[in-house]
Amino acid sequence: MKFSINSVKKKELKQWLAFNVFRALSVLVVCILILILSFITYHGIKVISWEFLTSMPEDGMTKGGIFPAIVGTLCLVTGSMIFAVPIGILSAIYINEYTKASFFKRFVKLMTNNLAGIPSIVFGLFGMTLFVKTLGFGDSILAGSLTLGLLTLPVVIRTTEEALKSVENSFRHGSYALGATKLQTIRKVVLPMAFPNIITGIILSIGRVSGETAPILFTVAAYFLPKLPTGISDQVMALPYHLYVISTSGTNIEESRPMAYGTALVLIGIVLIVNITANALRKYFSKKVKMN
Amino acid sequence: MKKTLKKWLEKTIEGILFLSSTITTLTVILIVVFLFKEGKSLFQSTPIEEGFVLAVNKANAAGNLSANQIKNIFDQNIINWKELGGNDEPIFLFRMDDLSNYYTDEELGENFEFVPQRTNEFIDKTPGIIAFFPSKNIDSNFSGKILPIEKTTLKQFLSEKEWFPTAQPVAQLGVLSLILGTLWVSFGAILIALPLGLATAIYMAEIATKRVRNILKPLIELLAGIPSVVYGFFGLIVIVPQIQSLFGLPVGETALAGSIILGIMALPTIVTISEDALRTTPNAMKEASLALGANKWQTIHRVVIPYAGSGITAAAILGIGRAIGETMAVLMVTGNAAIIPHTFLEPVRTIPATIAAELGEAPQGGMHFKALFALGCILFIMTIVVNLTVEFISSRRKNKISH
Amino acid sequence: MTPIITTRFVNLFYNEFQALKNINMAIMPNTVTALIGPSGCGKSSYLRLFNRMNDLIDGVSITGDIMVDGEMIYSKGIDIVALRRKVGMVFQKPNPFPKTIFENIAYGLRVNGVTDKKRIEEKVEFSLQQAALWEEVKDKLKKSAFELSGGQQQRLCIARALAIEPSIILMDEPASALDPISTAKIEELIYELKRNYTIVIVTHNMQQAGRVSDYTAFFYLGELIEFGDTKEIFTHPKDKKTQNYITGRFG
Repeated sequence: MKFSINSVKKKELKQWLAFNVFRALSVLVVCILILILSFITYHGIKVISWEFLTSMPEDGMTKGGIFPAIVGTLCLVTGSMIFAVPIGILSAIYINEYTKASFFKRFVKLMTNNLAGIPSIVFGLFGMTLFVKTLGFGDSILAGSLTLGLLTLPVVIRTTEEALKSVENSFRHGSYALGATKLQTIRKVVLPMAFPNIITGIILSIGRVSGETAPILFTVAAYFLPKLPTGISDQVMALPYHLYVISTSGTNIEESRPMAYGTALVLIGIVLIVNITANALRKYFSKKVKMN
Repeated sequence: MKKTLKKWLEKTIEGILFLSSTITTLTVILIVVFLFKEGKSLFQSTPIEEGFVLAVNKANAAGNLSANQIKNIFDQNIINWKELGGNDEPIFLFRMDDLSNYYTDEELGENFEFVPQRTNEFIDKTPGIIAFFPSKNIDSNFSGKILPIEKTTLKQFLSEKEWFPTAQPVAQLGVLSLILGTLWVSFGAILIALPLGLATAIYMAEIATKRVRNILKPLIELLAGIPSVVYGFFGLIVIVPQIQSLFGLPVGETALAGSIILGIMALPTIVTISEDALRTTPNAMKEASLALGANKWQTIHRVVIPYAGSGITAAAILGIGRAIGETMAVLMVTGNAAIIPHTFLEPVRTIPATIAAELGEAPQGGMHFKALFALGCILFIMTIVVNLTVEFISSRRKNKISH
Repeated sequence: MTPIITTRFVNLFYNEFQALKNINMAIMPNTVTALIGPSGCGKSSYLRLFNRMNDLIDGVSITGDIMVDGEMIYSKGIDIVALRRKVGMVFQKPNPFPKTIFENIAYGLRVNGVTDKKRIEEKVEFSLQQAALWEEVKDKLKKSAFELSGGQQQRLCIARALAIEPSIILMDEPASALDPISTAKIEELIYELKRNYTIVIVTHNMQQAGRVSDYTAFFYLGELIEFGDTKEIFTHPKDKKTQNYITGRFG
């Protein structure tokens, strides 16, 4: 059959055009990321110093440092992980190792997905009514950590589940064949093999928790608190909320601008470290698996 | 003996595992219970400020008034009772502090002990009066008529445009403008994010070399990791002023600023999910297309994209869901005016931003507080609908692929 | 008669692994050539050279000359799309697109720039007839191709390949996923198609090779062990390995 040369040329031209459009748009996406990162780094780097990271805010948060906010965020991350990691891992083990394809499994998965989709502000509302009011924890690290923990629970469950799924069944069967019980198999074979991916998931959720603002607004975050927490029933400042406060409603927005840049850079820094660590771990472990 | 102990231990551990796995379900249920209990109570009370009453002369025939009617009375848009089905009598507005205009300090008493009595007197002798005063000042032989006020109905809540929860004498609790604001901003965000995200996904899945993809993938993850306050901050400092000067606006905090920031934030969701969907296209189908003389682009747009169609739809819906629920970034850049937007260059206010901005100031248990929870319920329903839709699409997709 | 496909000293590597070693072969027009051999012997890789389908796999490198219809198809500046139009292919598993029966056949025409509706319709009918499928599907052209049975789907894929009028058709174990009745139909079809097309077929089924092909090439560990007239190979194999394979002693 005769196909005109024209149509061939036309379709090559279209392909060339389409590919370049996609390439350009992808480059644009990367540029947006670079723009955000470099903008905040450029302005923030001038502010960041050991001093900035380790001293208290002064003069209506226009000078000084962000030490209490860093400590607060650290408390909240630790607290939420203490809650979410064990429950998340246990939950994923149950779903992946103990249940067969059943209504229960599908239902739990659906609920986990739904929980993951609930906006963080709704978690804030919920945390306030349940932890702060009903259970009487007040605005406290405890209430904030539990709220953040619930928020990140689906992430931990999902990543752990993926990690467990990636362990081939032949390993489980091999262990059973040697007379191991289910629990022994999970503890000695499945979990060690899934461990790297579980860790990666946890690191990524740490990144997420440290940047969340809406859930802590009404459960723990303090506008300004020039002292460090002494227990889990204290309020704390937190980095993301601090950034929100000094960039929108501080006593002097213009003058606290440098502080805001610095805080934003610290937040970005956390995210960068978390992502780079997670990727490095992934690479390291996948190499190790290949070598075995 | 040892064996039974071991068995018992295994059973206990299984029980603990089971309990852990129910926590997510439990949380969802608790969220529903707490949210809806508080939200529902809004519709069981009248929107008048707590501890206050509205009263009229006993001869007044006007009946049940709605929040909106009362607002119009006090804004003097309604000036005669006959407009409300009462007698032909001009409306006379009366607030507590007006009392001193009509009575001397002596008449009111040294410790204002005669205030209830005088209020009653004044209401009694003014046929067209509508009085707004604390309920503790109701006289023991009160002879006026306490005006019944309609409870807030769901229909009003959803269809009224005015959100003025601290208004006196009655709160204006219409959330239509907030709902529309939320949808408006999210819709704008998806208009930005979908073309960009889809293009990136196609580029990563089909066009880029493995090396380029290995660079792009972590960058997209990084984009997903940046906290929403940082996006908000960036938007506030970079995008808002740009919009203001570009369009010559009085303020740059607009729906457009919100859409741009939300669009960037929704990008990773869209890229990741649609890339996954594109990757499920069986190689056999791509090969068949290429073997028929189609070039790569024809294969992508005639085979790969249609095959991934439902997955891409799911990505878009999920992207909208993320945008609807996003709080901090929107709060910082949209200007938060509770008006129905007509263009992208006006300020808007979204549901999550409203909750975040106002909950701190709303007294617990009050109308305002309840209304914010009712807003939370709406938000919850919106996101559940989004989730279930996505769930439905992806389960159908799985069936199709296994077929 | 000049061969339509010639390969000279062809080597193919997947990264370091050499999948084909110095293959020399010539295929005559309007014949059926069967490529046989144990799995992993390189027969499929060899088949996929002729329409450059191997290009899609990462890490493939190729040396040697491959000539199709008088053209060196691996030389620079060759139009791969035009090549693939000339060299049709049918795959191991039926792989219709998730489109209607009609659209499946029309696909090749459309991507090659045919827009005339009438011409497409004619061509769809003609191709389906050639593939002996027309009678079975003429009333449900608008139905999804997935509603057809596996054997029908495979014939649909053949019709799809025929629609763009190739001169060579490559078949990669086209009946391996089908039941015996469908297989028989496909084999019948191959016999019919020989009049107008050159067919190269990879098969692991010795009887099938014997039934449908004029020539047979036996591959073993990336080498072409023996190539010649099918009857000759099946009755008097020259090489011991060929004989072992044909009599079913390995594979």
